[in-house]
Amino acid sequence: MYRYDEFDRDFVNQRVSQFEDQVRRRMSGELTEDEFKPLRLMNGLYLQLHAYMLRVAIPYGTLNGSQMRKLAHIARTYDRGYGHFTTRQNVQFNWPKLSDTPQILHELADVEMHAIQTSGNCIRNVTSDQFAGAAADEFADPRVYAEILRQWSSLHPEFLFLPRKFKIAITGAEHDRAAVQVHDIGLQLTRNENGEIGFVVFVGGGLGRTPMVGRKVRDFLPENDLLAYSEAILRVYNRYGRRDNKYKARIKILVHETGLEELKQDIETEFEATKNGILDLPNEEVVRINEYFAPPSFEAMPKISTELEAAKREDRDLALFSSRNLHAHKAEGYTSVTISLKPIGGAPGDATADQMDVIADVAERFGHNELRVTHEQNLVLPHVKLQDVPTVYKILKANELADSNAGLITDMIACPGLDYCALANARSIPIAQEISKRFEEVKRQNEIGDLKLKISGCINACGHHHVGHIGILGVDRKGEELYQITLGGSADQNTSIGKIIGRGFPEAEITDAVETVVDTYLANRLDEDESFIEAYRRLGDQPFKDALYGA
Amino acid sequence: MKTITANRLVDGDVVWLGHNGEWVEFVEAAWILNTDEDMTSALDFAKAGEDKQYVLGTYAIDLELKDGHLQPKSLKERIRAQGPTTRLDLGKQAERHLRSA
Ligand code: HEM
Ligand code: SF4
Repeated sequence: MYRYDEFDRDFVNQRVSQFEDQVRRRMSGELTEDEFKPLRLMNGLYLQLHAYMLRVAIPYGTLNGSQMRKLAHIARTYDRGYGHFTTRQNVQFNWPKLSDTPQILHELADVEMHAIQTSGNCIRNVTSDQFAGAAADEFADPRVYAEILRQWSSLHPEFLFLPRKFKIAITGAEHDRAAVQVHDIGLQLTRNENGEIGFVVFVGGGLGRTPMVGRKVRDFLPENDLLAYSEAILRVYNRYGRRDNKYKARIKILVHETGLEELKQDIETEFEATKNGILDLPNEEVVRINEYFAPPSFEAMPKISTELEAAKREDRDLALFSSRNLHAHKAEGYTSVTISLKPIGGAPGDATADQMDVIADVAERFGHNELRVTHEQNLVLPHVKLQDVPTVYKILKANELADSNAGLITDMIACPGLDYCALANARSIPIAQEISKRFEEVKRQNEIGDLKLKISGCINACGHHHVGHIGILGVDRKGEELYQITLGGSADQNTSIGKIIGRGFPEAEITDAVETVVDTYLANRLDEDESFIEAYRRLGDQPFKDALYGA
Repeated sequence: MKTITANRLVDGDVVWLGHNGEWVEFVEAAWILNTDEDMTSALDFAKAGEDKQYVLGTYAIDLELKDGHLQPKSLKERIRAQGPTTRLDLGKQAERHLRSA
């Protein structure tokens, strides 16, 4: 697993000490809020409705048992006993005191964690596929390249003050599990006909006020050119990106206003000038970082575990769990287990300190001490022996962590919304909870099958509603919360932005409306194998409109 | 009816301006501003609170009477005054219980 090198450790410790001093000066009144705000944001500290909020980075969503246990400790000691895992693969604490934050950051640094680059107009923490290093279908471990990008970007003097924040995502397989096409740069690992590793490159994707799907600028970028090409993109953006208007400052607007062909040309020209220089990716560096992410030594195991199969025959719930929450592993006899943070009626992404401790234990005992945070607000044990699944399931179940709903309608994304967020127009969590309860019945959820429902409390789209098969956006209409439905969004390799289907619904009607949409799908699908998104793409929005608003 | 609200510097807690320029932790104890004169002196107190770095982000909000109870008019301000609607064990709504228990 990735370990800090000396440079990182010094850097993080230095930043914590600096921040400690800044907090002290703020508390003594030496610094005003105007002076302090950019400093606290650089350290992941926001001010929300009820209190400060601390956003802690989990690079590439990868963490180990002691790091998870530290998060539990922070939740218990400095917060209110829980944490919130988010779509940016990080964790947020909702109630820390300003005076405690330096201590919290010290404690995080003890386990090599920090809150750097979780906000501000810099290159943010690179996000990745939650099954990285484990998935049967991946070309290479995407975290290696994510880390190379991080090391290049962390302190890059040219890129600390970009026109706006900049997000990079990378996925290791053809099946995109990292929503790369809605990031400023999206990278998808691939191989060319000679078997060499490289990337499909997308630029200019994003959500928020102006959602856009990233445009493909390279079908195959050789591995060696990753940094030079990224540098070229950033330089072009830094030079031409708009600084006059915050809403037009993301690279997606530049792509849109300049046009793809011209921008591609600009990037290629810049790239010609940059490549074959110091930014060539030295092979030794790739090897070194690959070693950091070296997979654990897997034992030779039978492909099918007789223990698990027998246990599944005994326990239908375990069978159901195995059918939804296990993902194919590259090593025979192993699997990746999704721990759903979407209990029926719960707040998506929340975990209690006690649950975090349990998960840390399970990871250490059965999962080679590795955990992942997914952008869908769940956790993953990437490397578990199939034969250990019954025991892991039992422990998870005893701690209310064994919901067998990965990828189903109740496994939804919701942002914090108006219950916590100062920017919100409407609440998200209670809507998620109502819908979850409405679709509680296991049989029904499974009949509906794969369905991604995503909820945001305002147009910033932290809940990814634009790319939900069903998206819900909370708006404010004269003081009343109103919920708009979009249909047909998707964040995988066939990324699309959902279409607003019609006028919004008040809180009391939105769950019924979602049910109407789902029932319309069930009534119109060709057969059980046609998923919601496939049926929508075939049918268009008319049947759904008719059902919601009358023909 | 209006009052002034802010977040307290040290812990970010939601506070409202009290009658004597002090900052109170429950909206029921807030100074209800009915006249322009009251508002002017309240804003002076608010500025003093910011200058002393005790609170940050002061602003005025509307209040209303609902079933005989005073409450902020907007949902956002009601949530600030109570806590998350999905976690009744957190925020002011929970602290209020603790105090009266
Ligand atoms: C509660 C405090 C939060 C604040 C103040 C906040 C603020 C914002 C703002 C202003 C944007 C718009 C950015 C832009 O398009 O330029 C944004 C976008 C976004 N935020 Fe948040 N956010 C918060 C919480 C979250 C949470 C909890 C998540 C994860 C669940 C999240 C994930 C995202 C994502 C994925 C975007 C995507 C839009 C994009 O980059 O295209 N944020 N946020
Ligand atoms: S989408 Fe809006 S309401 Fe939701 S967390 Fe982001 S900024 Fe807040």
